[in-house]
Amino acid sequence: MGKIFKFNQDVDTDQIIASQYLLFPTIDEMKAHTFESLDPDFASNVKPGDYVVASENFGCGSSREQAPAVLKALGVKAVVAKSFARIFYRNAINIGLPVIVCKDLHENVNAGEEMELSLQEGIVRVSDKTFTCTKLPEYMQGILDQGGLIASLNKEEA
Amino acid sequence: MGMTIAEKIIAAAAGVSEVKPGDIHTVELDRLMSNDGTTHLTIDMYNKLKNPHIADVDKLVWIVDHNVPCDSVKTAASHKKMRDFAKKNGIKFYEGEGVCHQVMMEKHVTSGELIFGADSHTCAYGAVGAFGTGVGCTDYLYAMVTGHSWLLVPETLRFNLTGKLQEGVYARDLILTIIGKIGANGANYMAMEFGGEGLHTLNMSDRISICNLCVEAGAKTALMEVDDIALDYLKEHGREPKHVFKSDDDANYAKVYDIDLSTIKPIVAKPHFVDSVVDAKECVGTHIDEAFLGSCNNGRIEDLRAGAQIIKGKKVNPMVRFLVVPASADVYRQALDEGIIDTFMEAGAIVMNPNCSVCWGSCQGVIGENEVLISTGTRNFKGRAGHKDSFVYLASAATVTASAIKGEIATADMV
Repeated sequence: MGKIFKFNQDVDTDQIIASQYLLFPTIDEMKAHTFESLDPDFASNVKPGDYVVASENFGCGSSREQAPAVLKALGVKAVVAKSFARIFYRNAINIGLPVIVCKDLHENVNAGEEMELSLQEGIVRVSDKTFTCTKLPEYMQGILDQGGLIASLNKEEA
Repeated sequence: MGMTIAEKIIAAAAGVSEVKPGDIHTVELDRLMSNDGTTHLTIDMYNKLKNPHIADVDKLVWIVDHNVPCDSVKTAASHKKMRDFAKKNGIKFYEGEGVCHQVMMEKHVTSGELIFGADSHTCAYGAVGAFGTGVGCTDYLYAMVTGHSWLLVPETLRFNLTGKLQEGVYARDLILTIIGKIGANGANYMAMEFGGEGLHTLNMSDRISICNLCVEAGAKTALMEVDDIALDYLKEHGREPKHVFKSDDDANYAKVYDIDLSTIKPIVAKPHFVDSVVDAKECVGTHIDEAFLGSCNNGRIEDLRAGAQIIKGKKVNPMVRFLVVPASADVYRQALDEGIIDTFMEAGAIVMNPNCSVCWGSCQGVIGENEVLISTGTRNFKGRAGHKDSFVYLASAATVTASAIKGEIATADMV
């Protein structure tokens, strides 16, 4: 189980991690600034295993991979949104951060509630409620299963 | 079944005769562009690979443009990492030459290519009929090591252009109008294809501006039909097309839009979303603190000319900082030759070196709390240009320049 951190629609990558932190040498140095403009306490409140739940078009804007990377570095277990912007979606899968589309979740849960996601089943459980997600295409699930694109590259090249 | 331009480029890159939306293919990439926004992270990951190597170093182009010249000790370390790696491995490297997409258009991109760029506005390359798409650094690294990647074939939205833009209306007004119409995710996962007789009335600068901004509607790529104007541009820049693809008559589109260019008006996108567009007249009188003319979207010679024509003999409002930032060194030199730089400086503008500048809010011209910027940049997201509680309006070079003179949002006919 993990706690829900809830965000609205069109959360852009500048909100996830602002430009002025992108050239910091490492993701670890950037992660304290995650969601700084929307929820300045996010980085200190989020715990490994927690979830980000959002509405439409999560991660729109730039191609900065720092956006999914800071979420992963803070231990966010998955992002569940009504829809994702494509570059964020692809980047998240490539680095091994689970992202999944669930049309009904955002309207029916509150920030702070506990939820559990089964990626394999494509099911979210929040107290006694169950929500069905759109499962990832097999190819992308395969990348996630291997721990991301670089892990799979290391395997290919081994 | 016929194919769209995007489908034909993917089919060629995958070595198959036909593809359809939803298919996932392994594709050979023609070119890989990366800038200082993420390259330091790519290098860190590269160094941790089991078997680090570069498939074809000639495909790589690295460009320092986001924070150039360097603004801090931390950035200096990231730049040095990029510079040293490029030198050691023989990677084509630019620093101070301009904004990455403008440099790519001037020096590298050609029709029919499939290009990954570690920057979302890579879709600009569609102006010459190349499939450019933005990727993160993991994708970039994978392609750099293997020479290929996986690509899901997108559906295509078709935009048939007719007519001609009116005097005082620009390509930027057109693309902002389109984004307002289809929404910030209206083309999510899709290709946006432009054609029709109206396309022939648009010059290359217009086309780059249009394709560049398509990612603000979520598009995976933007593609324009290649005509003589595009072929002449390539020729002038010493390049031959790789392929010239045209959509088949029976190509399948997710949706077709017909746009009469003569109906487009000057537009402003209000904070904090690119699709929050209104008639520029509705924003007239809005106080501004800073104006920015530049970026990969609107920092070409045509944009500088449009601004210079308006400001010649006039002065920047004393309460406004007006930043003029040519998109490349070539544009800068051309502007010098034409006396445009003098015009801006005489008016009191601050002319900067070619770089991303305040468009990405981490280099120069950053705005403070509650300040308002009117910009020809790519985005107006909350905090994009500086303080999290600041405001960015997007408009054409003409509207931005007129606003810099008035000290509040104004259209060119008002100054």
